[in-house]
This record gives sequence, C-alpha cells and structure tokens, in this order.
Amino acid sequence: MTLVSGWGRFPVVDSDVLRPRSFEAVGEAVVTGSVARGNGRAYGDAGIGAVRTIGMTGFDRVRSFDPATGRIRLEAGVLLSDLIDTFGPRGFLPFVVPGTRFVSVGGAIAADVHGKNHHCEGGFGRYVDSILLRTGQGEIIEISREQNSDAFFATVGGMGLTGVILEATMRLRTVETGWIRERVISASDLDAAMRALDAGDAATYSVAWIDCAARGRDLGRSLIYLGEHAGRDELADGADVFPVGKNPGLSVPIDLPSMTLNRISIRAFNELYYRMGARRAGGSHVVSLYPYFFPLDSIADWNRIYGRRGFLQHQCVIPEVGARAVLADILDRVATRGDASFLAVLKKLGQGDGILSFPLPGYTLALDFPVKGDILNFLDEIDRLVVAAGGRLYLAKDARQSRATFEAGYPALQRFNAIRKSLDPAGIIRSKLSQRLFDEVQP
Amino acid sequence: MTSRKTAIVLGGSSDIGRAAARAFAKAGYDVGLAGRDVAALEPDAADLRARYNVEVGLHKFDVLDTASFDGFAGALPALPDVVISIVGLLGVQENAESDLIHATTIMRSNYEGPSLILGLFAEKFLARGSGTIVGVSSVAGDRGRASNYVYGSAKAGFSAFLSGLRARASRGGVHVVTVKPGFVRTKMTEGMKLIGPLTVDAPVVGDAILNAVEKKTDVVYVSGKWRLVMLIIKTLPEAVFKKLKF
Repeated sequence: MTLVSGWGRFPVVDSDVLRPRSFEAVGEAVVTGSVARGNGRAYGDAGIGAVRTIGMTGFDRVRSFDPATGRIRLEAGVLLSDLIDTFGPRGFLPFVVPGTRFVSVGGAIAADVHGKNHHCEGGFGRYVDSILLRTGQGEIIEISREQNSDAFFATVGGMGLTGVILEATMRLRTVETGWIRERVISASDLDAAMRALDAGDAATYSVAWIDCAARGRDLGRSLIYLGEHAGRDELADGADVFPVGKNPGLSVPIDLPSMTLNRISIRAFNELYYRMGARRAGGSHVVSLYPYFFPLDSIADWNRIYGRRGFLQHQCVIPEVGARAVLADILDRVATRGDASFLAVLKKLGQGDGILSFPLPGYTLALDFPVKGDILNFLDEIDRLVVAAGGRLYLAKDARQSRATFEAGYPALQRFNAIRKSLDPAGIIRSKLSQRLFDEVQP
Repeated sequence: MTSRKTAIVLGGSSDIGRAAARAFAKAGYDVGLAGRDVAALEPDAADLRARYNVEVGLHKFDVLDTASFDGFAGALPALPDVVISIVGLLGVQENAESDLIHATTIMRSNYEGPSLILGLFAEKFLARGSGTIVGVSSVAGDRGRASNYVYGSAKAGFSAFLSGLRARASRGGVHVVTVKPGFVRTKMTEGMKLIGPLTVDAPVVGDAILNAVEKKTDVVYVSGKWRLVMLIIKTLPEAVFKKLKF
C-alpha cells in the first residue's frame, strides 16, 4: 500500500497505486475498489481508489488529429498542458481549460471541468464527442451522445465512477494567437462585482478574484477579468504569435510552516493584490494565455504553502435568484474568520451537461482554507447555507462534505446510480470519494 | 521525400526513446523508430504524425542480433542525419551474479550491440562527412557499484567506446554525444525507490538529447546534480568505496 492524497494533500490515505501501460494491463490492474487517476489535480479523495488507484498518465498518445475540423482522438492520460504546447502553435486550443493546465483529458472529462467561459460556452464535456470506456464489468465500449448515451452523460462529470476512461475524441478551437485581450474592472463591493460579472456575460471569458479578507463596506470587493482571444493584428511587433509556456520557474520546495498564512499575511496580500489590480483597471491589454488562464501554474507545488496538514478548497455554486444575500452571508463569515487564502474566485456558470456535472446557472465561489482548528465545523455551517439556497459543492474539490449535503445538491443522483449499476453491477469501481458519498454503506 | 533532417531512434518504444522522438519531431525532424516489435511502435508513430505533421518510418531492430546490423543500416531509405541509441537492459543484478546467460544478455544489450551499431553508422557518417551519433549510457558506468555492476560495467564499456569514437570521428565532421540520464521515471524504473530531487521525467531527457545534438555537446548529465554526485563517487578512495552498500 502507498499513502496517496489529492492536490489539497488532505486526506492522506492508503491505496495501492499501479500504472498500467496497455489496455490489457488496465484490465489486469482493476480489482474491486479501483478508480482511475489522471494527474492528481482533484483536491480531495476523488482520484484515489478505495483499494487500488489506476494511474493513467502513461497513456499520453495522440491517436489522430484532423486540422480541417480540429477533431482529435487521444489517450486519457494526455495533459492539457501537452495539448496546448503541441497544438497551440498550430492554431488550436482546447475549448475549455480549468485554472490549471496540468490536468489529464480523462480527469477533465470525469470532473466535467469548467473554465472562465462556462457562462457562454459550457464545460469540457460539451466538446467531447465520444469516449472509450472500460466499464466495471470489463467491457470496453465507445460511448457518445448517440451511442450508449446514458453511459456518456453519466461519464461526463461522473468522477470516474462509470469505469476507466481510456480514450476520447474531442474538438479543439481554432485561434489566431496564443494571446488574450484582457480587461480588468475593479468592483468596490459585492453588488458591483456581481453587476460587473452580469455585464461580462457577453465576454467569452470572465472571472472575478474576490478579496475574501475585506469586510463591512468593502465586503466582496473584487477585480473582474474579462478576456477575448486576441487576433494577430493586436500583437506587439515582434511578439511570438504563440507564446512559450514556460515550466514553473518558482517552486515551493518544502512544506512551509502552517503559520506562514495567517490573518495578517492574508489581509496584507489581499490588500496589495486589490490595489495593484485596481490600478490596472479600465483599459484593455494583451496578455499571454498562460498567466491569464493559469496564474498559479507558474509556481510548482504551490499546494505546499499550506503546510504539512494540507488545505481544503470549498467551491460551491449558488443558483442565480437570491444568490446575492447568500454570497454576502458566506463572505461575511469567511472574512470574520480571516483564514481563507488568496485563491478566492467568483464566477458565473451556465447549465452543466453531465448528469452529475457541477455547474448550474448561478454564481460559483471558491475559497481555500488550511486544514486546522475547527475548519471542518465551519465548512459544515457554510454547507447549510449552500443547501438552503439550492446550491451544491464541486466534487473535484471536495474532501469533506456530508452525504446529506451531497444528496441535497445533486437531485439527479438516483438516475446516475442506476446507470452506474447497469455498467458495474458488482460494484468494482469505487473511490474513496464514492465510499464517502455514493456507495451503499456496508452493514 | 521531404528535405527535412531525419533522426532514427534505436529503442523507440522505451519511454526515453518516445520522448527523444517527440523532441526531434517537434523540432521539425522526420523520425525513424526502430525496435524489436514494429507493430508495437505503430501507436507512437501515429502520435508523432498527429502532433507534429512529420514523416515517421518504422524499422525492425534487435540489438542482440548483431549479424543483422549491416542489413539494417543498408535497408534504411536514406542515411539519417542523427542516430540515437536508447537501447539497454537493466536486468536483475542478483540474478546476473550467478546466471551467466542473464549476465551475458545485460552485457550484450548495453555494450556490444549499441557500440557495434553506432560504430557502423559512424563509418557511414564519416564517409559522408556529416552526422551525429547519440549513445544513451548511464551514470552507473562512471563507477562499478555493488548493487548493479553487471549493468554498470557494460555501460562503462559503452561510455568508453563513445569517448574513443568521438575523438576519432570529430576529425571527420561527425559528432558523438554521450548521454548519462541519472534517475528517470520510466517503465524501466517503475517500482524502484528513486531519490526525488535527482529524478527527472523522460521528456526532460528527450529535450536534453535534442539540445546536445544542436549544441554539439560531448557528454551530457541530464541533471547537473548528477555530475557532482558522480564526481564525489568517482573520487572516493577504493578502501572507503568498497564498504558502501549501494
């Protein structure tokens, strides 16, 4: 057995890790209690097998690519960073990228990840045409919107619980350049931030960084980043049409003491960040896609700044109607506590595509907390506000929500469970997350 | 045929071989992949074509079948610009200590075969007056250690062969690169305990090989830390070294 954790480094649990290199070897590796894992960027326990974890990053081949249509067939372990580096210079990018490019295609499908364009272009699964799935029963089937469509919509956003995703066919977007025309808007409070995001509905990309240490009059003050793909004519003379994605220059080589992030350092950081951003607000300028989409990827192992005990990301979505009051309540409690960190994000989402996809029309708020003190109780309190508002939590980030919270947030769960059971009647595919939230409790 | 440069990778199905092939294809080379099982190389060929829109040829090559080497080199559609040997066999030291057949296979896979095939290409390159030869050797060849001296001694022989070949060939316009990767996360090292800060992923080695070819480097330690580690290991007095259990 090996100690395994997700990106948040909490929880750390035992699971046997295998890295098969052929589809036959995947079949041999899967035992009762297995789940596939991509690049380990799920924060909590989604990518950890109940008994065995099937590491898929060895499956990193592109099978075919048609530049006329942008259609690509690839193995599930290909990373989005690899896709961007390889196909970006040829004028193609994934339609949807999450906040880190170091995720696998299989993981991005399983979590139906969203990007800064979800409000207008949907999630990752929308651009997936078909998936080669190895079910818990051991069948290898091709699933799509037309063929085995129940299995397809259960697999998109299904957290790997329908089987092992082996390959996928998806569409890439054509771009003229690897640059984004960015416009920064500063919003002095929550109302202004929500208005700016509403006004940003017309933008392809929009996201707000929110100062989660600000209170009172400043509660919810934010910087809103709107973005559009820039054309060649917008680039400075001599600029590369496609910028080079540098490997992380900085890294966090050790676990920092957990006191590094405290009320004072977090407040100071947020204050400084807001002021610097507000100075840039107003006009638009052209930035490389890398800092625009992946601001934290430039620091390797940034998860270590939270110390040895790890951290929790709480990401909820609140339905649009009545969202303001709920968000204000959550932000007020968080600011009063004072230990939420610099990665606080507010963004609008549209409807999700998969049966268990996280997005629903409304506002999503993501907050990071170091694991210490009474944080678990505090997050349970926040969950009650989320549930009361008809919201839900993102499974790819989750390490601790209760079954009651989960079941309340995902009313389509029964349908998902029925499809899962038909693909895997013996219950072979199980993760630590499914044991916590999905599986029947053993008597 | 295109007018692009070509690189052929011997041992194309290994993780370092795949990484090297990607690095060269990305840089615009047409690529040849050579290995024992040509059908098994097909998915990697498709990957290179889809990613980089280059020509990829597949060739059957068995490092233990030295009698076939002349025919192998002669059957290539054209003499490549770069030939890279990734071929090698780690084997199991414990078995090699008493199993002479296993020890022989390790020695032949890491020394005899790679040296002979690269020597043969060197002659053809010298006749043409250009070309680059890359041999992936190992830090294990820098000093024989108790835990892997059968493999290490064969790599030492290969490193010495490359060193001599480089000295001779450099006068004829042919460059020879010796690559010592150190610990790499690959199929070969799966399950081994590797020291994190001294370990790299295969693509780093692929990029280092391309870089060495383009900059005409002689000997490459993929991670600079290894040069230091091996310098220390090489300078330890034998009386001390023989007491170490690694």
